[in-house]
Amino acid sequence: MQDTPNTPAQPKRPVRRVTGGVATWCRDQLARYVFLAVAFSATVSLLLIALFILKEGVPFIIKIGLKDFLFASEWDPSVGKFGIYPMIIASLWVTLGAMLIGAPLGVAGAIFLTQFVPRSVMRIIKPMIELLAGIPSVLYGFMGVMVLAPFIRNHFGGPGLSLLAGAIILGIMVLPTVISISVDAINAVPRTYLEGALALGATRWQSVHMVILKAARSGIIASVILAMGRAVGETMAVIMVVGNAVKIPHSALDSVRTLTANIALEMGYATGLHRQALFATGVVLFVVVMILNSLAMAAMKRKAGS
Amino acid sequence: MERKVKISVQNLSVFFGRHQALRGLSLDIAANRILGIIGPASSGKTSFLRALNRMNDLDPESRAEGRVLLDGADIYHPSQSAVQLRKRVGMVFALPMPLPMSIYDNVVYGPRLSGVRDRATLDEIVERTLTSAFLWDEVKDRLNLLALRLSGGQQQRLCLARTLAMDPEVVLLDEPCSGLDPISTARIEDALSVLKARYTIILVTNNTKQASRVADETAFFLMGDLVEMGETSQIFTVPKDQRTSDYVTGRFG
Amino acid sequence: MRIPPKITQALAVLILGTATLVTVVVLVLIIAFVLKRGVPEISWEFLSTKPQEMGKAGGILPTIVGTVLLPLIAIVIALPMGVGTAVYLSEYTRENRVTKIIRFGTDCLAGIPSIIFGLFGYIFFVTILGMGWSMLSGGLTLAIMILPTIIRTSEEAIRAVPQAYREVSCSLAATSWETVHKVVLPNALPGIMTGVMLGIGRSIGETAAVIFTAGSSLMMPTSLNDSVRTMSVHFYLLAREGISNEKAYATAAVLVFAVLFVNLTAYWMMNRFIAKRSS
Repeated sequence: MQDTPNTPAQPKRPVRRVTGGVATWCRDQLARYVFLAVAFSATVSLLLIALFILKEGVPFIIKIGLKDFLFASEWDPSVGKFGIYPMIIASLWVTLGAMLIGAPLGVAGAIFLTQFVPRSVMRIIKPMIELLAGIPSVLYGFMGVMVLAPFIRNHFGGPGLSLLAGAIILGIMVLPTVISISVDAINAVPRTYLEGALALGATRWQSVHMVILKAARSGIIASVILAMGRAVGETMAVIMVVGNAVKIPHSALDSVRTLTANIALEMGYATGLHRQALFATGVVLFVVVMILNSLAMAAMKRKAGS
Repeated sequence: MERKVKISVQNLSVFFGRHQALRGLSLDIAANRILGIIGPASSGKTSFLRALNRMNDLDPESRAEGRVLLDGADIYHPSQSAVQLRKRVGMVFALPMPLPMSIYDNVVYGPRLSGVRDRATLDEIVERTLTSAFLWDEVKDRLNLLALRLSGGQQQRLCLARTLAMDPEVVLLDEPCSGLDPISTARIEDALSVLKARYTIILVTNNTKQASRVADETAFFLMGDLVEMGETSQIFTVPKDQRTSDYVTGRFG
Repeated sequence: MRIPPKITQALAVLILGTATLVTVVVLVLIIAFVLKRGVPEISWEFLSTKPQEMGKAGGILPTIVGTVLLPLIAIVIALPMGVGTAVYLSEYTRENRVTKIIRFGTDCLAGIPSIIFGLFGYIFFVTILGMGWSMLSGGLTLAIMILPTIIRTSEEAIRAVPQAYREVSCSLAATSWETVHKVVLPNALPGIMTGVMLGIGRSIGETAAVIFTAGSSLMMPTSLNDSVRTMSVHFYLLAREGISNEKAYATAAVLVFAVLFVNLTAYWMMNRFIAKRSS
């Protein structure tokens, strides 16, 4: 073919510009510092958010007293009563209720999808579920209003728009989060673990609950804690279904108001001390969510470490 | 012919973290000749090669001691830019690694970085370097083809052409034929024997036959030490060291 | 009494399978319900005219415009910041204290509820910076909200670019910056676009962070300083204030289509990206 090299005449090698690299070098250094600066954008945003929420809310808490703010049960801004105890209780119950529904269903779904379903089916269902995570939360709330609340009113009594409705809607909303992260955690368990157990004569279910769940425990816990953070922080869907009455609930069928609902409902018209009180509510929410996130991160880290 | 020194390595040690890959070795590399470097696996051949164009710098754990003089100037001196050095000392890797772009864009990657924009100049570089790498006739009609579509042997010759396109003074080759069939290997070896007229070539190979065929001088590395270096004919016929003799006759390695 | 393993196995499969079925069915039913009620209400007129009587009659054109523009503004702001962060984390540094701080900040930001973003955007952009209820305030707030998503997907995409490409580029005398913009970013682009689509998807569905920053004006926006109402906000107000259930369903259906379209595009891109990787 072309075994005889017909190398064309070589041009004379140019004299190398020793200084030619300076502009290139400067550009490279500039890029490095720009990237470093930009890399702090998320962290700076977080600090700004923390700073301004605290700046608006903390003076109010100091003025009224942390104990009176958190544990007084009367909220009536028009007469200067700012106790958020009922809201805290409501948020707590709604979140716990949501977890009671969402965590078992979600974890069960994750186990089933990873262990008892052909990979091809799981490849279809998992993206589908993650797709549903993108459905706007207001839609879930609307479903709560149109379908769930009437159902509860007709079959269990009460106003329908209630703590129970909120818990169910939130439970459904967090399902994609729980399933998606749990599936990832279970899939991260080396296959050899499962094969080892099966080789010892265990049934699939025995291997799953004795080996896989143990190995994926931290990831599953993290998924539940993250879902909890989402449930505590959810606002619009909750507003639509919980009824929003400021009182300490005595049953699951009572109308309640959560911390998030309190902020969103009154932010539109609040001024002065009232507005500060809403920011202070935001501070409480912020702290709770940060604690939950830190716990989830710690759980994830333990998974990575072990 | 007078033996003109292109690179002078003086007491070079290379560390990766705590591991010492090269143990203070010294040698002179002649201009316009092919130096073959042979030795068993993990004897420091690749670390040595990558020390010559400071590719070891990419590993933040790495550290070099000693001096490497290129035309008399120490490439590890703080005033020296690694980027400028790599324009003068090009490299071809063990596995063919075309970038995921067209054949043409692969070849002109280096020249474009150096600021060559003129289309005619780039065309000329592409034709000249692909011809030097014995690839031009096979690809001249499809220069816009994605380079990953070429066969392994063609890809490796493309990588050689891409290195030549920067018009370096020294070309480092790190076992360039390890994954190739005998015909592709022969093409690359043919190209090298022509190219040494213009470039100083350092060829790391785990194939002693290849070194004996192509190299003018050969260095034998063992466990990070330079055991012996000399004219290829001497190394392969009358080695001074027993270990070299054992290795080239295939008793170990 | 000890239950035989075979039976516990069957029981477990039954229970787990039922739970999975319930999950999938409930989630699918919600979408089906919205579409069944909403799709018949959608007409060309509904999509192309302005709302009347606060949305009781007429169409949703300005809210469609708002739903397109607001996420776009957010992406234009968040994309360079997010990709820049990802590039820094994967190309310019090793794991050290600085990267730990950056990662911690990103993870925390990802977990903050949208109502907090709304509060922050309201006090910072709307009030302190004096931007008022505007597309700019809303876009900036959304940008911060989707930043963690962009950072994570971009970093994953960038790390998936083979190390060999970087070595080759470096051996051809490229600086880090040249390697980044000539080799790394072009090859990570499909993955980065996936993050962009996910970010847009989240922005479209967002309500709490938008209503306090972009406001809820039903006028057609003409500048960045105008307040807009997105479809999500419009839907929320229609449903919550009981203005019109028919219009609410119709808006919801359009919203579902928009979100599905964006997310499906993201998945399509991701799969193509993975397919290209493995070939």
